[in-house]
Amino acid sequence: MTGSTRERYDAVVIGGGHNGLVNAAYLARAGRKVVVLERRHVVGGAAVTEEVVPGFRFSVFSYVVSLLRPEIIRDLELPRHGLEILPLESTITPMFNGDYLGTWADHDQTRQELVRHSRRDAEAYDTYGRLMHHMAMAVKPILAMVPPDPTSLAPSDLRGMLKFGRTFRSLSRTHFHALYKLMTMSSGDFLDEWFETDVLKATKSASGIIGTFMGPRTPGSAYVLLHHYMGEIDGAFRAWGFAKGGTGAISTAIANAARAAGAEIRLNAPVSRITTSNGRVTGVVLENGDQLQANVVVTSLDPKRSFLALMSEDELPDEFVQDIRRYRIRGSSGKVNLALHELPDFTCLPGVGAHHRGAVSISPSMRYVETAFDDAKYGDFSRKPYMDIVFPSVIDPQMAPPGKHVMSVFVQYAPSNIRGGWDAAKREAFGDAVIDAIEVFAPNIRGAIMHRQVLTPQDIEDITGLTEGNIFQGELALHQLFFLRPAPGWAKFRTPVRGLYQCGSATHPGGGIMGAGGRLAAIEIRRDGVR
Amino acid sequence: MLRTTPLHDRTAPLNQGRNWRRWAGFTVASSYELSHDREYFAIRNSAALLDVSPLFKYHIAGRDAARLLDRVVTRDVGRTQVGQVLYTPWCDARGKVIDDGTVARLAEHSFRLTSAEPNLRWLGDNARRLDVRIEDVSDRTAALALQGPSARVILERAVERDLAAVQYFRLTTGQVRGRDVTITRTGYTGDLGYEIWMDATDAIAVWDALIEAGTPYGIVPCGILALDMARIEAGLLLLDVDYVSSNQALIDAQMSTPLELSLDWTVAFDKPQFNGRLPIRAERERGPEWRFVGVEVDWVSLEDVFTSLGLAPRLPTQAWRTSVPLYDANGIEQIGYATSGCWSPLLKKYLTLAHVEARYSSPDTPLQIEVTVEHRRRRAQAAVRRLPFFNPERKRA
Repeated sequence: MTGSTRERYDAVVIGGGHNGLVNAAYLARAGRKVVVLERRHVVGGAAVTEEVVPGFRFSVFSYVVSLLRPEIIRDLELPRHGLEILPLESTITPMFNGDYLGTWADHDQTRQELVRHSRRDAEAYDTYGRLMHHMAMAVKPILAMVPPDPTSLAPSDLRGMLKFGRTFRSLSRTHFHALYKLMTMSSGDFLDEWFETDVLKATKSASGIIGTFMGPRTPGSAYVLLHHYMGEIDGAFRAWGFAKGGTGAISTAIANAARAAGAEIRLNAPVSRITTSNGRVTGVVLENGDQLQANVVVTSLDPKRSFLALMSEDELPDEFVQDIRRYRIRGSSGKVNLALHELPDFTCLPGVGAHHRGAVSISPSMRYVETAFDDAKYGDFSRKPYMDIVFPSVIDPQMAPPGKHVMSVFVQYAPSNIRGGWDAAKREAFGDAVIDAIEVFAPNIRGAIMHRQVLTPQDIEDITGLTEGNIFQGELALHQLFFLRPAPGWAKFRTPVRGLYQCGSATHPGGGIMGAGGRLAAIEIRRDGVR
Repeated sequence: MLRTTPLHDRTAPLNQGRNWRRWAGFTVASSYELSHDREYFAIRNSAALLDVSPLFKYHIAGRDAARLLDRVVTRDVGRTQVGQVLYTPWCDARGKVIDDGTVARLAEHSFRLTSAEPNLRWLGDNARRLDVRIEDVSDRTAALALQGPSARVILERAVERDLAAVQYFRLTTGQVRGRDVTITRTGYTGDLGYEIWMDATDAIAVWDALIEAGTPYGIVPCGILALDMARIEAGLLLLDVDYVSSNQALIDAQMSTPLELSLDWTVAFDKPQFNGRLPIRAERERGPEWRFVGVEVDWVSLEDVFTSLGLAPRLPTQAWRTSVPLYDANGIEQIGYATSGCWSPLLKKYLTLAHVEARYSSPDTPLQIEVTVEHRRRRAQAAVRRLPFFNPERKRA
């Protein structure tokens, strides 16, 4: 073994995304000797900031923050380690008739705006907001909880089910019914019960399709609506923010906290194999041949990569392998990052204004969004895609050279399994479709572009390693949540291999820059007492 | 930008301190002068002119208009006469108060409802299968309140007719400088007063006419700070301050029933059906747990708290709108909370409006109230009082 080394750790964490880093930070704080292995030259996974063009810093993939668990911010003292979250306060949706729909931070302002479209909806909006608040309150304790197995009679599972049951018992009848509907209905149908303004429903339902291969009329999409509503900042639900320095700054803050607690983080250290012996994990082998030994290995990668790529099937029970094969990932979104010499000038709100400090949603009608899905359903990217646009440089001027801007465009749909596979020509065609669709509402966009970075699901997979480029490491569908995430019987961060744990977004409670999986897995590892 | 009322061109130049506050998405003057004292005394001694245009206003018309309102509000609308105005709360199906306002019967099948919060959706939901048209006329209707002992004489000069026949909570129509107005003998001050309703485009002309007619009588444009003191003296509830709409409440404990707000007199139990009737009737049987009362802070006791620290008593110069704990007479158990309070320069009393457990609600029940003096929480003696604190003969005369 020339050049390769053998080292011993208490725990090896595979993947330096936010969950891996959170996990390592918690383990290090508990006194474990931990190493994080990151394949790329930068920590963060899908939460990275990179200077793609000199002077222009892109939140390359994930671009906003809301779901990051407050207990993690407190425990890891992330503000001290550099985390600063700036408010992202508004959303506007340009419409085909030259009008727009806006929601703003101020209640009076939002009401005034909604009244323009429908007095009835303006009133319903408040009631809807309160209902979602109750729903978020109901689900919030579950986010911080290890999912119990309802089929098990073990005391810890029974206790967990009891706690779970109490959460729902505490709901009033109407709230319970609403929660049931959210768990089962399509976001479109759910919103139809509340609103009459098409563009309002289109914009709201869009948050029910983000990161999933569903349309606003697909049953189950209402849950994603709630998932996004649960984001909280300083205790307030549905607050979305933008990390100063881009989402990579969040990863950096967590990495700083982990290092401060004694964790080691190795960059450019791709893992080739998880090693086991007699049903026990023994460590990992890096692509450079280095072997790291540990009784605990934690993977923050998605389950297909962890179990089907880094392990051989004979190390795992057949049933588990089948479940992981069946686990639904399906990439559905792409990303376009633009360096601009001027901000887009929206026909509906000419000039530079407060709307550039918030999100711009390209979801002019329910039909538009559903049609966007139709393209994807049949194997194409959306010719007229749904887009969620933010201008990080308006919120944090250091993201771009003075007077210049960066624009982040989340695009859906871009199916990972596009007909004929992704190639350079398709990528450019996809980028063109995005610019065309923006140009309808902001005619100056094409001329404002200095540089364009187009990321297809294939690119996302190639760069971050996320299977099919799915931003949630697997869809947030009811059959893949809670005690079924990622597989029945293996929702408690453990795996069939002793000492091998999982902590990525594919574990409960799921995607977004949440960190909950990383934290809960660390708690479970400590509970098991393996060293 | 927040919206401005149809009177903004007149009110803005008068606002010496540029003291604006929000009301239902509009900016209205907190006070026009640098201190609101003169505006407050105008309400009680001459006449105050207030821009109350931000109120929500709905026009409800059609064969079933009274039926709709009777489903929604707790008072008996069907039995009102044309030209009558009712103050009323309205409730959800559980009998929890959503909002309160006035219903004016403009004609047999035509009503105007005013409210603090938007209610269009609620009205629409209740109007199923009824022959009724509900129109939100908030934006095209401006409203002025002329309140105070000289209100009648000023308004008579402006409309050029005698108003003695317009009784308390009745309405009439007239013209001010050729502009049509509806005049209701209502207000939020507990004094002699009128509210004048007109097309938004006529508001400035009417304002000018009233100022001109009122100047010899000492009319004073008046902001919300003075109004807030007057309405406490009058024992009038304020949504979002004294109670939370059941639409806004996050938990049941934040909600109130009409009986808990001591609005028993507004509930027409003999009406066949209205939202919340059964739960409210059941509550009447067992007796409400809470009551809304006046609580007067004992001067001597308050002075003692200050004197013990070597200070002279310091009184609030404005009405406050925070929740202040109330305790039993021994200061052991918290039995309620005051939600508004002010020093009444007229009555020379420290008044609060409060929610107390029902068994502490009879007049003159001794209580204690928390007062913060020099950064420390202390207690002063207080007592329950019958509302309104101030109820002059001229209000109804």
